[in-house]
Amino acid sequence: MAISFLLNGQPQSVDVDENTPLLWVIRDVLNLKGTKFGCGKAACGACTIHVDGESVRSCSFALKYAEGKSITTIEGLGDADNLHPVQQAWIEEVVPQCGYCQPGFMMATAALLEKIPNPTDQDIDDNIVNICRCATYYRMRKAIHRAAAIKNTNI
Amino acid sequence: MKKTRFLIPALSLAIVVAVIGLASTASNENEPAETTTENVSQNEAIADSPFDKMMAVLTHKRCVNCHPSGDRPRQGEDSHLHNFGVQRGADNHGLPALRCESCHQHENNNYSGVPGAPEWSLAPSKMAWEGKSRVEIARSILDPEINGGRSLEETVKHLTEHELVLWAWEPGIDASGTPREKPPVPVDEYIEAVKAWAAAGAPIPEQ
Repeated sequence: MAISFLLNGQPQSVDVDENTPLLWVIRDVLNLKGTKFGCGKAACGACTIHVDGESVRSCSFALKYAEGKSITTIEGLGDADNLHPVQQAWIEEVVPQCGYCQPGFMMATAALLEKIPNPTDQDIDDNIVNICRCATYYRMRKAIHRAAAIKNTNI
Repeated sequence: MKKTRFLIPALSLAIVVAVIGLASTASNENEPAETTTENVSQNEAIADSPFDKMMAVLTHKRCVNCHPSGDRPRQGEDSHLHNFGVQRGADNHGLPALRCESCHQHENNNYSGVPGAPEWSLAPSKMAWEGKSRVEIARSILDPEINGGRSLEETVKHLTEHELVLWAWEPGIDASGTPREKPPVPVDEYIEAVKAWAAAGAPIPEQ
């Protein structure tokens, strides 16, 4: 049975095994490669997306749970002409090194700022638990504060 | 020159790994939950009384890991603190942007090895069982001030029908594909024991 949902605002319908991890569907069926496979066991956060605005590890999220939901991936966060505050801050602070894990961090950050508009360092440490093997955590922390400032200014 | 360039990072990494290892050894936070004498004895022989059968289940790690004494869940067969600093949060479902549902769905995920069941969350702080005796746990589940205002009948229903409780017998596999340990009493015997205990007036043996 086909599973239907919104992906970055566009209707999608996918007819594969309903227990397939949504990450696999996003990357291999719908061909959006921004969301990364890291560990495959919901540990590293490289596959983080939003499901109805909530941060979710898509490697551990079966396709069937996407039915009727609004899914956002890094491709839907913003674009070159209309950067999301998180994307703008990431560019300003030159956060990525190898870059592989960054889409997951950016999605987790975007979700955090919707819940906590002005996160403290402790809020960041507690809520953003993704893993970066390049250890860009210091620059990410600066970028998260910067993104919060940009977002709050835009409001 | 080339060799030196790679040798220095390698040595640095080795030192960092060693320091982390020492720190982990010294830290109480990473130690498994305390195992009580009762927990040990229940593995040796489970008495036949309904109370003993019921408590053999309720003191098992599949239950206690999410009835912690603090604000962090425990996980695994050794009941270590949940990885990544996962916390209880205001509603027992995690922090604002790190919810239980960020990883745990309504059923086990055999691709990722992440367990799941409806209403996956921590028991409220008042219902902490970690480190408590069987008698203390039994008193707590009967006390409406602690158990969320449940009557005995409602408590029995919760203990015998709630999908999150019954998940303990369908705990799935971990990320390595290893099946999680189930409670030491079969589910039908457990349900029968809870109902028999309640029908007898929910007696709590003095210990």
